Amino acid sequence: MVLEIFRKPKYVTVRPETARDSEKRDIPEGLWVKCTRCNEILYTKELEKNFKVCQKCNFHFRLGARERIRMTLDEGSFKEYDNELTTVNPLNFPNYSEKVAAAQEATGLKEAVVTGEGTIDGFPVVVGIMDSHFIMGSMGSVVGEKIARSIERAIEKKLPVIIFSTSGGARMQEGILSLMQMAKTAAALAKLDEAGLLFVSVLTDPTTGGVTASFASLGDVIIAEPGALIGFTGPRVIEQTIRQKLPEGFQRAEFMRQHGMVDMIVNRPQMKETLAKILSLHKR
Amino acid sequence: MALDFERPLLELEAKIEELKRFTKEKGIDFSDEIAMLEKKSRDMKENIFHNLTPWQKVQIARHAARPNTLDYIKALFTDFLELHGDRLYGDDPAVIGGIARYKGIPVTVMGHLKGHDTKENVQRNFGMAHPEGFRKALRLMKQAEKFGRPVICFIDTAGAYCGMGAEERGQGEAIARNLMVMSALKTPVIAAVIGEGGSGGALALGVANRILMQEHAIFSVSSPEAAASILWKDGSKAKEAAEALNLTAQDLLRLGVIDEIVPEPLGGAHSDLTATYHLMDEALERHLKELLEQSTEELVEARYAKFRAMGQTG
Repeated sequence: MVLEIFRKPKYVTVRPETARDSEKRDIPEGLWVKCTRCNEILYTKELEKNFKVCQKCNFHFRLGARERIRMTLDEGSFKEYDNELTTVNPLNFPNYSEKVAAAQEATGLKEAVVTGEGTIDGFPVVVGIMDSHFIMGSMGSVVGEKIARSIERAIEKKLPVIIFSTSGGARMQEGILSLMQMAKTAAALAKLDEAGLLFVSVLTDPTTGGVTASFASLGDVIIAEPGALIGFTGPRVIEQTIRQKLPEGFQRAEFMRQHGMVDMIVNRPQMKETLAKILSLHKR
Repeated sequence: MALDFERPLLELEAKIEELKRFTKEKGIDFSDEIAMLEKKSRDMKENIFHNLTPWQKVQIARHAARPNTLDYIKALFTDFLELHGDRLYGDDPAVIGGIARYKGIPVTVMGHLKGHDTKENVQRNFGMAHPEGFRKALRLMKQAEKFGRPVICFIDTAGAYCGMGAEERGQGEAIARNLMVMSALKTPVIAAVIGEGGSGGALALGVANRILMQEHAIFSVSSPEAAASILWKDGSKAKEAAEALNLTAQDLLRLGVIDEIVPEPLGGAHSDLTATYHLMDEALERHLKELLEQSTEELVEARYAKFRAMGQTG
């Protein structure tokens, strides 16, 4: 169910010696970066200003959770939920605790999702923002619990929910407990539904496996970022199963829209205004 | 087809048969030897089946002769009326479902359906459903809710099918929708893992008030092969993955995921079908009776609370 989209770094820094390994992928320390897709040399400051989207080819670089919060919520409005929840190793899975510690060290996050509340153009909203740099954004007990709790808080406070997904799927190291987070989060959304509250699911690169097969696919409105890989089974496993190459663009956001799985594709610079518009149309 | 670890036992049993035939044909008395060997065989059987490794359980759970969903429907239910199709695209033979009577009560019964041989497996896509299978299941569940019928699901799949068509038609959405709708279904739901419970494709029929699991069945976040490939980039380490994943019924009871282990006859479900059906019947009837005493609100709330509590955090 999970993924193997552990792809090559999205861009290389022109001065790699100044960056730590983990930073190379995400926070270009150099003055210039090269777009992985079109090879254009981009001025880092310009790239940051353009929401980490290549000005030439519209390639959307992957974002960290904190960057996404900065770009999406009104400045200073974010209040985080449940940051004290910590990951345990329920199966005593070999090297799992070390892997979590390394991911924490590399990302500065406690887990693969940050949840909380804030405002978007003044509209109050509960948000969940996943981060693929934390063990591929995989969903274990903490991710499932944080998402379920944030949905329950939204019900209490009668607020809409927006979740930005990016995930390789269920986290293998917590075994069946990870699988059960799919049921837990989907069940929480059933309650949100019952309460007549809005859920906007934003799919970013990549959204696959158990996250696609649970909350990410259950939005009243589903938005995707351009080019995002979206699917249940990852392309490598499909290719192994059917023993043929997949066509260009298979499982990309544009393909998913064509097949009726997403409502719209929104460029990142327009994401905030689009979300604000949706929120305003659902104002109670 | 014999499993590796069953082989010494089967050889011994063959030997006993041979001695018995000898006794009959030649009139030589081997009764002491036979008694001795029978005791040895019993001890060996107990020793094997009480100490199965997770990987051995994976093999038993996948045994071709293991009773499948249709076998249970035929053995435990009457008046089965199979219903086909998802009303959206097609009918998926990897999931079978319909209306039947259980202990005289109309119920909706369904499950993933594996075959017993290659031909059946090809026809049933090895019990690996496309979105249509999950959507058929969902349609039957909503129908059960409408008519106040309890839902009984048998889980037996390696996982949802990994193919282009499945992706194009929204495999992820189909599973997600089932999880959401099942969690709030206003009727009793029982799921029984009868073989292999693989990933989201299994869970899509598993958001139940009670989850029963046979003694040697497995239920896992992914198949051991896929987990090995994801974790260690080496699908051949499936045995190690099976150990690490905690996928046995005993593990799942300890982790609070399932409600009860349904015993199997010594030798596994496939070794004595009559006993297997009886053991399953006993558990199903008892749980259904308990659930039928609860109000709709209690059923829905209890189901939510059950899944809400799953997982471990610090």
